[in-house]
Amino acid sequence: MTDPTPPVLQIRDLTIGLKAGPALVRDLTLEIAAGETLCVVGESGSGKSLTSLAVMGLLDREALEIRGGTIGVAGEDVLAATPKRLREMRGGVMSMVFQEPMTALNPVEPVGAQVEEVLRLHGERNAARRRARVLEMLAEVHLPEPERIYRSYSHELSGGQRQRVVICMALVMRPRLLIADEPTTALDVTTQKQILALIDELKARTGTAVLFITHDFGVVSEIADRICVMNRGDVVETGTRDQVLSAPRHDYTRMLVASVPGLVPPPARAVGRDVALKVDALAKTYGARGMFGRGRRVQALRPSGFALHRGEIVGIVGESGSGKTTMARCLSRLIQPTAGRIELEGRDISGLRERALRESRRNLQVVFQDPFRSLNARMKVRDLICEGMINYAVPRASAHARAGALLERVGLGRDALDRYPHQFSGGQRQRICIARALALDPSVLIADEAVSALDVSVQRQVLDLLASLRDERDIAILFITHDLRVAAQICDRILVMKAGEVVEQGPAARVLTAPDHPYTRDLLAAAPGRDWDFANFRPQRATAAPAHG
Amino acid sequence: MMPPARSLAPALPVHAVPASLLRRAAGNWTVTLAATVLGLMVAAAVFAPLLSSHSPLDISPTTRIKPPSAAFWFGTDMLGRDIYTRVLYGARTSLVVGVVAAVLSIALGLVFGLLAGYFRLLDAILMRIMDGIMSVPSIVLAVALVAVAGSSLGTVLVAIVIPEFPRVVRLVRGVILNARTEPYVEAAISMGTPLPRLLWLHMIPNTVAPLIVQGSFILASAILTEAALSFLGVGLPAEVPSWGNIMSDGRKFFQMLPGLIFFPGIFLALTVLSINLIGDVLRDALDPRLARRR
Repeated sequence: MTDPTPPVLQIRDLTIGLKAGPALVRDLTLEIAAGETLCVVGESGSGKSLTSLAVMGLLDREALEIRGGTIGVAGEDVLAATPKRLREMRGGVMSMVFQEPMTALNPVEPVGAQVEEVLRLHGERNAARRRARVLEMLAEVHLPEPERIYRSYSHELSGGQRQRVVICMALVMRPRLLIADEPTTALDVTTQKQILALIDELKARTGTAVLFITHDFGVVSEIADRICVMNRGDVVETGTRDQVLSAPRHDYTRMLVASVPGLVPPPARAVGRDVALKVDALAKTYGARGMFGRGRRVQALRPSGFALHRGEIVGIVGESGSGKTTMARCLSRLIQPTAGRIELEGRDISGLRERALRESRRNLQVVFQDPFRSLNARMKVRDLICEGMINYAVPRASAHARAGALLERVGLGRDALDRYPHQFSGGQRQRICIARALALDPSVLIADEAVSALDVSVQRQVLDLLASLRDERDIAILFITHDLRVAAQICDRILVMKAGEVVEQGPAARVLTAPDHPYTRDLLAAAPGRDWDFANFRPQRATAAPAHG
Repeated sequence: MMPPARSLAPALPVHAVPASLLRRAAGNWTVTLAATVLGLMVAAAVFAPLLSSHSPLDISPTTRIKPPSAAFWFGTDMLGRDIYTRVLYGARTSLVVGVVAAVLSIALGLVFGLLAGYFRLLDAILMRIMDGIMSVPSIVLAVALVAVAGSSLGTVLVAIVIPEFPRVVRLVRGVILNARTEPYVEAAISMGTPLPRLLWLHMIPNTVAPLIVQGSFILASAILTEAALSFLGVGLPAEVPSWGNIMSDGRKFFQMLPGLIFFPGIFLALTVLSINLIGDVLRDALDPRLARRR
């Protein structure tokens, strides 16, 4: 670097390993200058979070060891620092923002006091000055009514507000280095956009160096000055944002960038006219019947309706709390809807009791979000896949044969039959879940955030699998996601939900290019990476260069 | 884009547990010692008639309150009964009471816990009843039961199980409530798995580990409770050799012959201590989350 000032963060040849085990980060070298954002990108297990913890001196010393290298923050060697000095540096010279703002804040203390505590620990003795500084800082992260926020508890704030408080806490001492570990991953896209803008703004104003850790190239394209790509503990490639995104040198980077979902819908296809699932005025109200007086009522799902045809993938897109999962749970009758009709293969299942419902359950199967909890860890894959068939009196021998065939269909070998779920990766488990759902030959498959927990490269493969199953089996898929970009990949039609209501529905191409509802337009505008055509390694529009600095 | 929930992965699959259990147990000398002591107690209980030439009930007016000797290893009590023999047979009583009480509490707790955990309507009613039972002082209950039904093994078991099993109900109910929200249970429901199979395959296995641990603690506490009740005279009939009864008999002559209290006391303490030590290790092995916190 030709920069005259020394870099704020300088890591040289850092190697971190399990004690008496393999290295998890190898020979990592990177530096960040003041006022610069470096994005460390990688899939799960790439070592990006370990690196950030090492910088903060927060590695679990019982399990991990630093085998070599140096970490310098503002010219000071972190690895040689005493625990006391490290405590002073944390919050003062360097600070960190974590992924989940709910757990980063103490639930039993007002957030203002928590921010103030940082100042107190770093030697500000005057209470009035502390308070003034906190209020000033709360205003700086654009929280409305700083006085009110100061007195609020974390549960009284929204996710975005909480993350603003956490950022406020991290920046109140004006640290030289801010480490943000997936700070927007748990937030909705519209909130994510605001938080990214906030980090960018504060960085520009205060000249803080930002180490931003993320798995999402969309976010990277919005915020990075430079990018460092990691894979299984190795730095694969480092370069400026435009270099890496438009001309990746390494194959792994190319693959990673190319599998980032964009907002370009697939070409429209002819869809069958056989209705598999018809939903009419479906509603769910949660009413807490209090012992004294009337309880609070929450309308999780306002009367909504749509039809799902065979051979079609319909996406339900919405932010958290939009009612999309309530919809899925009503349709699969895991909960009882309050009103409305659910016609599955011509039979209204909305009010059926469990015994009568059983015959229809096989027609509608669900794939859940979390591949680690949706398979019973105590059962072999064979028994997992056969469970449904055995329930419907399929002879054991033919169920076993079919389980093998299904596993091969979803891209796993028959040898997987005798193994347990923990022996598989997330993507493989999700394939097992899909095979299990297909075992009953359902006409409707609900995929509830089924690819949300997967790395992008794996996500791509599972999406392809779903699309090919739709074509091959003429199955109707209801694809629920919070990510418009993922929906854009495979959906024929898209429903947009907000606050328990379907605000817009139509063919994917129309919804994505000419949205009717302002909320859909907001969602589109907030989708990270919308200015970048990742698949073709070029900016989406001529004017795409985002405002920086 | 939700975070991969790897940290939330369910506890180890069952088939992985015994190996880690053995490894932990083997490396821990306190457990080896505890298991040896407990093994000796079980052997004493099983082979009591072979280990002593006396009978625990033989009264001998000529050899009353004798100190330990070659003929009477632990001495004799005020009726001339051999303390050593009575303590051996006492192990039998204590272990039988403990094991039966633990098994009964677990069985009752499992049944009511499943009902309360799975059927929301029953839950409120059952749990209020459990709260009610738990509010009755166990000693008062035992005294009342003995007054009504007379002292016998059955009465003592009822007096131990009734205060003990609501705790198991709470435990099982909690596990089942948790399991109900697991996606794999919801997947099974949407695959049409009938209720008995749902409980058997997907829910009850989750209760096994906590129940084994809870069972070991109930075992220890039941042995203690029986001893306490017998000592107070509201436990087993006075002639039955039980550690509590022996100590109760020896109370008046304690100053002349401390062994009357000392020998049954040390057996009782060693047994309960061993069981608790083993229970602690079981808990650490079966619940990795608790072990890590230490």
